[in-house]
Amino acid sequence: MSSEPIIKVQNLTKMFGDFKAVDDVSFDIKKGEIFGLLGPNGAGKSTTIRMLSTLTRPTKGTATIGGFDVVKQDTEVRKLIGIVSEKMIMYNRLTARENLWFFGNLFGMPRKELNARIAELLTLVQLSKWEKAQVGTFSTGMKQKMNIIRALLNMPQVLFLDEPTLGLDPQSTVEIREFIRKLNRENNTTILITTHMMGEADLLCDRIGIIDHGKIVALDTSTNLKNAISGANTTVLILEISNLTPDLLATVRALPCVETVAQENSTHLKIHAHGEDAFDSIIDTLRAQKTNIVSMQNIQPTLEDVFLHITGRQVRETAEQKIPLEHRHFGRGFGGTSNGRGR
Amino acid sequence: MSNSLRVAWKDLMELFRNRLGLVMLILMPIFMMGIVGFIFPSNNALNHVPIGLANQDAGFGGSSVGSQVFLTALDRINNQTGILDVSNATDLNALKQLVQTGGIQGGIVIPRNFTESLLSGQQGTLIIVTDNSNPQVSAALQTALTAVFQQMGTLLAQQNVINRIPGVNATNALAIVQPYNIKVEGVVSGHSSYFDFIAPGIMAMTVMMSVMTGLPAAISQEKEVGTLDGMMVAPINRLSIIIGKTLAQTARGLLQGVLILVLASLLFGISIQGSILLVFALLLLGVFSFVGLGVVLTSFAKDQETATMVMMTLMFPMMFLSGVFFPVQQMPWYMQVVSKMLPLTYAADALRKVMVLGAGIPEITTELAVLIVFGVVMIAIAVPVFKRAMTR
Repeated sequence: MSSEPIIKVQNLTKMFGDFKAVDDVSFDIKKGEIFGLLGPNGAGKSTTIRMLSTLTRPTKGTATIGGFDVVKQDTEVRKLIGIVSEKMIMYNRLTARENLWFFGNLFGMPRKELNARIAELLTLVQLSKWEKAQVGTFSTGMKQKMNIIRALLNMPQVLFLDEPTLGLDPQSTVEIREFIRKLNRENNTTILITTHMMGEADLLCDRIGIIDHGKIVALDTSTNLKNAISGANTTVLILEISNLTPDLLATVRALPCVETVAQENSTHLKIHAHGEDAFDSIIDTLRAQKTNIVSMQNIQPTLEDVFLHITGRQVRETAEQKIPLEHRHFGRGFGGTSNGRGR
Repeated sequence: MSNSLRVAWKDLMELFRNRLGLVMLILMPIFMMGIVGFIFPSNNALNHVPIGLANQDAGFGGSSVGSQVFLTALDRINNQTGILDVSNATDLNALKQLVQTGGIQGGIVIPRNFTESLLSGQQGTLIIVTDNSNPQVSAALQTALTAVFQQMGTLLAQQNVINRIPGVNATNALAIVQPYNIKVEGVVSGHSSYFDFIAPGIMAMTVMMSVMTGLPAAISQEKEVGTLDGMMVAPINRLSIIIGKTLAQTARGLLQGVLILVLASLLFGISIQGSILLVFALLLLGVFSFVGLGVVLTSFAKDQETATMVMMTLMFPMMFLSGVFFPVQQMPWYMQVVSKMLPLTYAADALRKVMVLGAGIPEITTELAVLIVFGVVMIAIAVPVFKRAMTR
C-alpha cells in the first residue's frame, strides 16, 4: 500500500435542516485499501458516501479524492469513482447490455473499448448469456451483480459500495464479497464500503470506522478494535440455563461488573461484563441462586461487542437484516455464509 | 450534446418497451378527440328536442288562419332543420306538467284570441314555455322559435305590403318590410364548427402538457428509483440530463400531436389551411416555452407524488383558461388577464390562426414573440434552480 491517501476527509458535516446527518467527520483512506464504514441504519453512512461521490453537497468541511475536491472539481472526481448505491442503478426495461452501454457511453468510453469492457464484465459475473434479457426479469442477486459491474465500467480507482449485500441470499452474498475482494486484490481498487453487518465488515475490511449518530466513534483495524476492548477486561459469556427466570435475569443485571445482559431465547443469555473478577462473580451469583447451567462459552469479543462497548447499545436494534455472528475468534477461511456457528 | 441524445435514446427505449404505456399514449389523444368532438355543442347540436304544442286558437269568424299560417311555417322550418319534435297538448298547465315530468323540454301555446287579434289589426301573441332547469336547451329553443316567428312575421308583412301598395313586387315588398339583410362570410371559405375551434387548442395543449408533466414525472421517478444517481455520477454536464429528457418528452408529445391531427382530419374532417411545417414549428415553440416551467417544477418536486399533484394543480387552470375549450372573450375581465399570462393561450391562438385561418408567420408575430420570451425567461430561471436542486 502506498502511503499517500487517495481519499482525504476533513471535518465533513451534512445538515438536513436542524438534523446533523454527518457530524464533523474526518478520516483518510489509503490507496488500495478496503475501508469499512460500520454503523446502524441512519448513522450517516450513506450520506457520507453521497458527499464523497459528489451526489450531495457537504454543509461544512472538505473532501478530496485523488487530490480533487468533491465540490469544486466534481467532474474530475466522477471520472475516478464508481458507486454502488443501496438502490439499483439499472433500467428494468433495458437489457443488461443496453444498460451497460448507456452508462459506459456517459463516461465517454470509445466504442471498441466499451464493447470489450462490457463483454469482460458480463463474463466476470457470469451474466453473459443474459446480456439480451431485460434487467427487470433478473433476480435480485443478478441485478446486484449488474449494479456492481455498472460501477466498474470506467475502471474506477475508488469504488463506493453502499450496503452491497443488503437483501441478498447467502449464495449471492458470498459471491459478491468474493468479487469485491478480487477486485481489490487484482486491480488495487480502493474500496469504501458501508454496512451495518458486523461480520461483513470484519471479513472484508482492512480498516473499519464505526459511525454512530453521524460521528466516527472508533477507527482502526478489526483486530485492534477488538483488542482495545479485550484490554479493557471485557468478558463475554454465553450461558445456557435450563431454569431461567426473570428474577435471575434481574439479579445478574444488578451485578456491578455486568454491563449488559441480552436474552437470546428462553434458555440462552449473553452477558457482557468487565473487571478482573467479572467471571467469578457472575458464576458465584448463578450458583447461589441454584441455577442449572447447561453449557457455557467464554467468547472473544466480536465487532458487535466493540460497537456495544463504544456506543452502549446494540446494532441489531435497527438492523433490518443481519448475519448471525461468528462467536469464535475470527480466523481465516470463513466463507461468509450466513449460517453462524458457535452456538 | 451527444450525452443528451443518449439520455433521450434511453428514455425512448424505455417508453417503447412499456407496452401498456404505449397503448395509453395512443389512446389518450383518441379519447380526448372523441370526447371533445362528440359531446361539445356544434352547429347542429340540438336535434329533435321534444316540445309540446297547445293550440287553443278559437278562430275568428269561423277561420283560424292565424294559427294555421304559424303551424305551416313552423313545419317548414322544422323540416329543414329538424330541431323540434312536436307533440300536441291540451293547454298551458298540461305543458308545464309535461316539462316537469321530463316528457318535453319546452312548449308553445297558441292562445284563444290568436287569429282574432291578427285579423282585427293587433299583434298576435304566442307563449313559449321553457325548462328553467336546462338553460342551454331553453335558450336554443327560444332562438329557434324566435326565428320561426320572425320568418312568419316577415311573410305576413310582405303579403300585406303587396296587398296595400299597388304595383309592388315581392322583392320590393321584402325590402320595405326588412330593409337590412345580413350575409355572413368567413375569412376562409366553407363553414367552421366548434371542432375547428377546439382541435388546434387540443393539439397545443397535449404537446405542451406532455412536456410539462412528463419532465417532472420522469425525473422524480428516476430520483425515487435511484437511477438518476447513475447519471449524476457520470462526468457529464448535468444539463444534458434534462435536455435529453426534454427531447424524449418532446418526441412523445409530438407523436401525440400528430395522432390528434390525423384523427381530427379522419374523424371530423379538419383540414389545415396554413402550412403544416408552421404547425409543427409552433408545437415545438410551445414545447420550448414550457420546458423552463417543467424544469423548475422538477427541481421543486421531491418525489413523484408531489410532482403529479403540483402538475394537476397547474394543469386545470391552464386547460380552461387558455381558450382551448371556451373562447377567452366570454370570460370576465380578470380571468382574461390570467389567460393572457399563460403561454398555452398564445400557442393555441397561433395554432388556430394557422390551421383554421391559413395565417402565415407575419400574422402571428405577437404570439411567436410572447412564446419565445416566455420560454427564454423561464429557462433562464430554471437552469440555476435545477443545478442547485440536483446537488442538495
